[in-house]
Amino acid sequence: MTMSVRRRKPAPPKRAGNGRQPLAKAPTGIVGLDEITNGGLPRGRPTLVCGGAGCGKTLLAMEFLVRGALEYGEPGVFMSFEETIDDLVENARSLGFDLQRLSARRRLLLDYVRLERSELTETGAYDLEGLFIRLGHAIDSIGAKRVVLDTIELLFSGLSDRFVVRAELARLFRWLKTKGVTAIVTGEREAEHLTRHGLEEYISDCVIVLDQRVREQSATRRLRILKYRGSAHGGNEMPFLIDDRGVSVLPITSLGLSHEASTAHLSTGVAGLDEMFGKQGYFRGNSVLVSGTAGTGKSSLAAHFAAAACRRGERCLYFAFEESPSQITRNMRSIGIDLAPWMRRDLLRIHARRPTALGLEGHLVAMHRLIEDWGPRVVVVDPVTNMIAVGSETEVKAMLARLIDFMKRRQITALFTSLTEGGGAAERTDLGVSSLMDVWMLVGNPEANGERNRTIQIVKARGMAHSNQVREFVMSDHGVTLVDISRRADGSVAIGSARGAEQRHALASRAQPSRSHRAK
Amino acid sequence: MKNSARRTWRLRLYVAGQTPKSITALANLQRLCDGHLAGRYRIEVVDLVQQPHLARRDDIVVVPTLVRQLPPPIRKIIGDLSNVERVLVGLDVSPRDGAE
Repeated sequence: MTMSVRRRKPAPPKRAGNGRQPLAKAPTGIVGLDEITNGGLPRGRPTLVCGGAGCGKTLLAMEFLVRGALEYGEPGVFMSFEETIDDLVENARSLGFDLQRLSARRRLLLDYVRLERSELTETGAYDLEGLFIRLGHAIDSIGAKRVVLDTIELLFSGLSDRFVVRAELARLFRWLKTKGVTAIVTGEREAEHLTRHGLEEYISDCVIVLDQRVREQSATRRLRILKYRGSAHGGNEMPFLIDDRGVSVLPITSLGLSHEASTAHLSTGVAGLDEMFGKQGYFRGNSVLVSGTAGTGKSSLAAHFAAAACRRGERCLYFAFEESPSQITRNMRSIGIDLAPWMRRDLLRIHARRPTALGLEGHLVAMHRLIEDWGPRVVVVDPVTNMIAVGSETEVKAMLARLIDFMKRRQITALFTSLTEGGGAAERTDLGVSSLMDVWMLVGNPEANGERNRTIQIVKARGMAHSNQVREFVMSDHGVTLVDISRRADGSVAIGSARGAEQRHALASRAQPSRSHRAK
Repeated sequence: MKNSARRTWRLRLYVAGQTPKSITALANLQRLCDGHLAGRYRIEVVDLVQQPHLARRDDIVVVPTLVRQLPPPIRKIIGDLSNVERVLVGLDVSPRDGAE
């Protein structure tokens, strides 16, 4: 008889301290939302989604139904009190959802309730039993597991007896639970109240607040889990985006530091620079910051790095926030780096966007998406500082932290350039983001003896032996090369023409004792 | 006036089961029609519990709802029809209609 050695099943999730079962959840299928809710909305219960006009609550609710129908085998009923069926179909089409097809397949049922006070005469007592019957019939007719009521508060403007409406809504939400459907109830946000008519008093399991702000001419959308009974949730505002693929909440998981640190190296693309990192270059999965003032050669270093990746046959995604792809390729050709062949072979993609074209979160979501879709091994962001144009420094730092975390988990090596102001404050300016980086290099072009020369130094390189020397950074039509700076005995350095002269001189007078001496 | 004299009133009352509200509404409606539209009306009662699909088709959420189907245009009155004056206004039954 053979004994089967079976591994024990993993222990069931620990119960909460009060002995309750962990909450069952219904995945929304919305990018990022299931991550931040640890699995979706409370199953079999209503969730309140509230926000101002145009904040995206209808589309979010619709996507919840569409994903449910398509991906989780859960048909849904959308009861609209605001938009007509034609409008719903039209608006959903912009997200790539074909509601008519879903309706024809009985995976979705759209119902528009028209309640216009001016068209109704009220006389005597009434209730909303008709709504219950209507919704119940809709649910039963397609076996719906999900329901959206958008925006049910319009009952208050359609009917004058607020007392009846309130009582009936309370009954409705209790009834929804007995039907076992997972529901989204939307509410219009008003001033300091979550919803105009206090729906939050009835729906207490889960409350999601959407918000849209316009700053610097670009709209940013945010989502916050205000309340989630029985479930851990981050109370932070999460940026989200609505585009032709639906809603994406920023796919941030823990922002933890659990990613594996790689010990594999990869070239910086500049031989002399690899040498400064112990001949091997960066670690794979490193985040590298190159900062410097204008014209110090940051983009050239980035291009070398990109080209090196392509030479290894790795995909490189280059986010350009300052120049167009053709400008970049032309400029790089002038220093002997031809990026065009890599672009033709689709190993290099340059994605150029004006920073102000999207809000900060828009950029972040777009970047995540491009990375996710294409799967590059190497990413360049040039320059990351242009992001500050669309957000405050803390926001930019938070966004970068998310992006870096995301890339690290995928072992993507990223190089960020950072344009710093002149005047020697480079290190201070970058302090905000440099703490997020594994490697930080400063490039400069100090003026001395009537000429400007480029220098490079490594400020930090986590976990790597690295040179502490300042090297001279020479750009020619063969690209970037690094040259040791001559050090004089007095500790000062010779750079550029002075270095050349002194080196020649040193060669000529090799036999003679040094003529430099300490100034006293 | 000749026209209105010949008008037939088709009224449909949506209810949800035999509830006190629906019984009151029907009684009120019957009384009102007998008083003001004698011989010129037809009442159809739709019980949504029996025919739930009609709630969506006819866009009903409140019960009782009275719908004037004829003469056009369609008019809706909600409630148990306990205020005769308001029902008459809502149905657009003019006093002359009733006086005939």
